[in-house]
Amino acid sequence: MTKGFVAIAVERCKGCGFCVEFCPTHVLALSSAYNSKGYHAPNVIAVEKCSGCNLCGMYCPDFAIFGGRNAR
Amino acid sequence: MNVTELENACEVPAGACNPVEPFLRMERMPHIWCPGCGIGTTVNCFTRALLDSKANLDKVAVVSGIGCTGRVAGYANLDSFHTTHGRAIPFATGLKLANPELQVVVYSGDGDLFAIGGNHFIHAARRNMDLKVICVNNLTYAMTGGQTAPTTPGEVISATSPYGVFEPAFNLVALAEAAGASYVARWTTYHVNQLARSMKEALAKKGFCFIEVLSPCPTLYQRRNKMGDGLDAMKFYKQVSKVRNGAPTSECALTKAGEIVVGKFVDRDRPGYFDLLKGQMTASLGDRYAEPEILC
Amino acid sequence: MHADPHGVLTGVHFLDGDHACCEGTLAAGARFSAGYPITPSTEVVERFASRIPTVGGIFIQMEDELAASIAIQGAVWGGAKAFTVTSGPGFSLMMEHIGYAAMTETPCVFVNVQRGGPSTGLPTLPAQADMMQARWGSHGDYGIIALCPNSPQECFDLTVTAFNLAEEFRVPVMLMLDECVGHMTEKVVIPEAEKIEVMPRRYTKLPPAEFRLFRPAENDAPEMTRAGEGYRFHVTGLTHDERGYPSMNLETQDRLVRRLSTKLASLAGERALFDAADLDDAEVVVVSYGITSRVAQRALQLARQRGIRAGKFRIISAWPFPAEHIASLAGRVKALVVPELNLGQMVHEVARAASGKARVIPVSHAGGSVHDPAEILKAIEEAVR
Repeated sequence: MTKGFVAIAVERCKGCGFCVEFCPTHVLALSSAYNSKGYHAPNVIAVEKCSGCNLCGMYCPDFAIFGGRNAR
Repeated sequence: MNVTELENACEVPAGACNPVEPFLRMERMPHIWCPGCGIGTTVNCFTRALLDSKANLDKVAVVSGIGCTGRVAGYANLDSFHTTHGRAIPFATGLKLANPELQVVVYSGDGDLFAIGGNHFIHAARRNMDLKVICVNNLTYAMTGGQTAPTTPGEVISATSPYGVFEPAFNLVALAEAAGASYVARWTTYHVNQLARSMKEALAKKGFCFIEVLSPCPTLYQRRNKMGDGLDAMKFYKQVSKVRNGAPTSECALTKAGEIVVGKFVDRDRPGYFDLLKGQMTASLGDRYAEPEILC
Repeated sequence: MHADPHGVLTGVHFLDGDHACCEGTLAAGARFSAGYPITPSTEVVERFASRIPTVGGIFIQMEDELAASIAIQGAVWGGAKAFTVTSGPGFSLMMEHIGYAAMTETPCVFVNVQRGGPSTGLPTLPAQADMMQARWGSHGDYGIIALCPNSPQECFDLTVTAFNLAEEFRVPVMLMLDECVGHMTEKVVIPEAEKIEVMPRRYTKLPPAEFRLFRPAENDAPEMTRAGEGYRFHVTGLTHDERGYPSMNLETQDRLVRRLSTKLASLAGERALFDAADLDDAEVVVVSYGITSRVAQRALQLARQRGIRAGKFRIISAWPFPAEHIASLAGRVKALVVPELNLGQMVHEVARAASGKARVIPVSHAGGSVHDPAEILKAIEEAVR
């Protein structure tokens, strides 16, 4: 079990890239997949680096992502 | 053919919920804001501030004017009022005076608060009316197509200044301080933690509190001026912002590509409107003064 | 429900219309007012500013009429009965917010002590030239209620009525005084509080999950709530559905906007307020309102003395216009004489309702003073020739 998790509401994402850019530990990258509106949602590429800080959630203007701590 | 399955799905604990959702009317999602617009980001900060200040959400009211930021009222899961252009502050004044128990937050944009609403802003600040004013400043009138606002810096192109803005722009934090605000801060949508903290401080502080938040408008302001997208704006904020808490507001004007001074500039104690009212009335009337019992 | 005695200045007084109006607001339960000075209305709020701190409420002089007209609505949603006061130029400034009150179904009262216009006009002299503006001044389709007192006593009584109607129909109510009624001093009897009927705000008893702030109740007007009670409601001037959420489609627009007018329909008919006399044998009827009705009273007296069977129909609720009553009158008389302190406003409504069944004779006046009774008498004589 990793320290943190990231939950992504793919359909809500508008591909702005804030979360990818400002994640302090570079957990995310824009996915090559895209949602029904044509936006590339973020993809978790390094979940083991996620601290669950929820900065991604704070930045997301579309309320499409949030992070949290896994219970120990 | 679109591919909606992400390459790496992360395991999410059962029942995990985005902390912002209880504060939103989720049935009204998705919202109308553009990709890369920062208004939603400010809403996350506001949510965090409400959570951290353990506010009684039944007593928090949001009053907005007209514009992109004005739409915040409609999405907030609180008693909320989408009023007329420029007049959120006087509406909020009446709301607060009728029921002082309410925490009244004005959430509106730069054009709404400082052009058409300018007169109301300065008088509420003068009175030190107990309102928390969050101004999302995207340097334009976004909703109507990107016209010049009193905050639009020269010499950008706008919908109503097709050859370039030449009017001087307001320095909002200086204006707020001069008018009498008790609390004045500026952040950008890059500064999510600091913004949330400022909002929390404002919620706790009595008197007229003003927070300016610089936010990208990629679709209108930036696109017309080849300034990239929302992410480019955010990186720009990160790069050129300087935190100068306590800096003199007169030195904090914004320019097109210049330094953005952010921080908390004013945090002072002035007598609140209610204190002044009651003080004057009791001095004049003694025990003939009747405490307002306004609710019907 | 009866008036709260704290606000009722029971007794026999010698007051002018402005002052009597203020006492009416207090008797009706208004405990919040926001205003901006403008002649000849200012005395209403000056008295309120003087009275309210010992009654228990707040007056705030705002920075302009735009602020005053919306501050009262904020106060209403905070739970107050509230009003503002103005005259022509301020009334013009308030128009956007009158429309907002109509659209959001915010119960509140706007007092317009009409003066000579247009523009700055004659600040200290009477006119009745804002009557159409009261009905149509804001953009879009909506309805309002307008009442016309013709004496300081009525300035008290109809102010209470105005607040009651505002609560009943969740609508802004215009109280259309004029400078003459506002500044004339007469006997005003203010009864004991238990004798004054006051309509309580129709707060819903439904729990938040079930309540819909814009769903019409039995009288086609929705129930009310206020901020801070856990209803987590939304109010917007955008076209909205029953939840109050923006819903900008044709169906919602049609349903909402029609109801904003039709909910007031009873006031055009069986609930219209008017004062009629000498109609049974009348061959001509003088239709008037406000101060002009006092002058018309003299003209009617003179007409009867000359053997003319002249009757009186004094409009008290001018909007919605009592079309049914006028139509029925028109069917029974030769002519309707309509004196007004304007160049013809309500006369057009009278003519429309009369529908050609009777002659409609205006007696216009550009404003600045009241008519000479002789002018109205001349029209009455002309009507029966």
